[in-house]
Amino acid sequence: MSCGVSGPSPVTVFAAASLQPPFDKIARQMHVNATFNYAGTQTLTAQLTQGAQADVFASADTAHMKTLQDAGLIAGTPQVFAHNRLEIAVERGNPKGIHALSDLARPGLVVVLADPSVPAGKYAQQALAKANVTVHPASLEPQVTGVLSKIALGEADAGIVYVSDIATSGKVDGLLIPDSQNVIADYPIAALKNAQYKGAASDFIGFVLSPEGQAILKGAGFVGV
Amino acid sequence: MSRARIPAPLTALAAIGLLLFLLPLVGLVIRAPWNQVGPALIAPETATTLGLSIFCSITATVVALVLGIPLALVLSRTTGTLRGVLRALTTLPMVLPPVVGGVALLLAFGRRGLIGGVLNQAFGIQIPFTTTAAVIAETFVAMPFLVIAVEGGLRALDHRYEEAARALGASSWKVFARVTIPLLRPAIFSGAVLCWARALGEFGATITFAGNLPGRTQTVPLAVYVALETRPEGAIVLSLILLVVSLAILIGLRDRWLGEP
Repeated sequence: MSCGVSGPSPVTVFAAASLQPPFDKIARQMHVNATFNYAGTQTLTAQLTQGAQADVFASADTAHMKTLQDAGLIAGTPQVFAHNRLEIAVERGNPKGIHALSDLARPGLVVVLADPSVPAGKYAQQALAKANVTVHPASLEPQVTGVLSKIALGEADAGIVYVSDIATSGKVDGLLIPDSQNVIADYPIAALKNAQYKGAASDFIGFVLSPEGQAILKGAGFVGV
Repeated sequence: MSRARIPAPLTALAAIGLLLFLLPLVGLVIRAPWNQVGPALIAPETATTLGLSIFCSITATVVALVLGIPLALVLSRTTGTLRGVLRALTTLPMVLPPVVGGVALLLAFGRRGLIGGVLNQAFGIQIPFTTTAAVIAETFVAMPFLVIAVEGGLRALDHRYEEAARALGASSWKVFARVTIPLLRPAIFSGAVLCWARALGEFGATITFAGNLPGRTQTVPLAVYVALETRPEGAIVLSLILLVVSLAILIGLRDRWLGEP
């Protein structure tokens, strides 16, 4: 079913929102007829546990993958295919002169974070805890894209997002967070037990893990495995 | 006895329509973790988010009444192209995806916005991420419902009462306050209820313009959205509470407003 050379086999991929740029590119490179559902990992997990039909799931953290494994929805063992790090996102040109996580506690600064229910928000809390910084955010966005757009529109001064978000957004500047304070996000991928196109699912996963797929991910700001 | 019978196919279609409303509610009630309703009810976060939701939606409705009734009056008095343009502008928020409405509000009232930029520069006032922003977002999305209902009421009004009052020497303000408004009571009531209900359920414009912060801008729909993914049972309980509160307020208001004097 999956090895037809006559036409590309369809595959439905549920992927964390942060994966959109590299996964779109991977689908083009593979000439695969892929349907993507990009959303916050927690949204995808909820959709899949409620019975949504998909072939592949790519998560922005291991916790949500484990939730689906425990629910008996995952086929085989999930494989970590990429890592992502956090960066401080600021407006173009860094007008507020922010240099480190400790600057985010400055009074009067409008800081927007992802909600702790989102992996990016959870990681941001961990990074702030490591840096021993208390931030009073103006908003806890349910999606990383909400953090980015509010900074890009000039409504917020700073936020904490993935390196890959900044690499592909092009509308905000990123400031490095030192390794001692940073958090490394693991991105696992797996096929679903009730996948309709099992062959296409394993082809897709294979490509993501291949040198070609890894190069695309690195180009999008991810750290390869 | 005097009522004409409704044709059977129409009754069947009506039943399907009703089921479309009812089944999701039944699903919510059946799947609700009833043993968690008690703890959720007394949780301080529930009171915070519910209180904020009720405060914002009622404030938005009051603002809509103050601005929307005069707007409906102007709409009902204009004719021709102007009327078409005004009416399209007024109803635009109803067709606009609320998230786009939220972005538009940012472009107008945000720190860099047309008005918001001036407010920020001159007075240091920043509207986004405040409760005021949540109220503005709800008013933006919900006011058209009130304007349309009141305008409809005005057009159906028997203007002879107003003419009689004027002939007896009442000022235009007095005619408006003592004759027009009382005659419009049913239209104002139904418009205000629609407006309030829309404001209470508002999500997209609020999260875009006001953000999501518990106690400040996190209304029930936002809290439900955030909880749905991490604590689905909590989200269902919160939705049920909103449902019950809305029903109670709607039924209570109806008696007060439309009951026999």
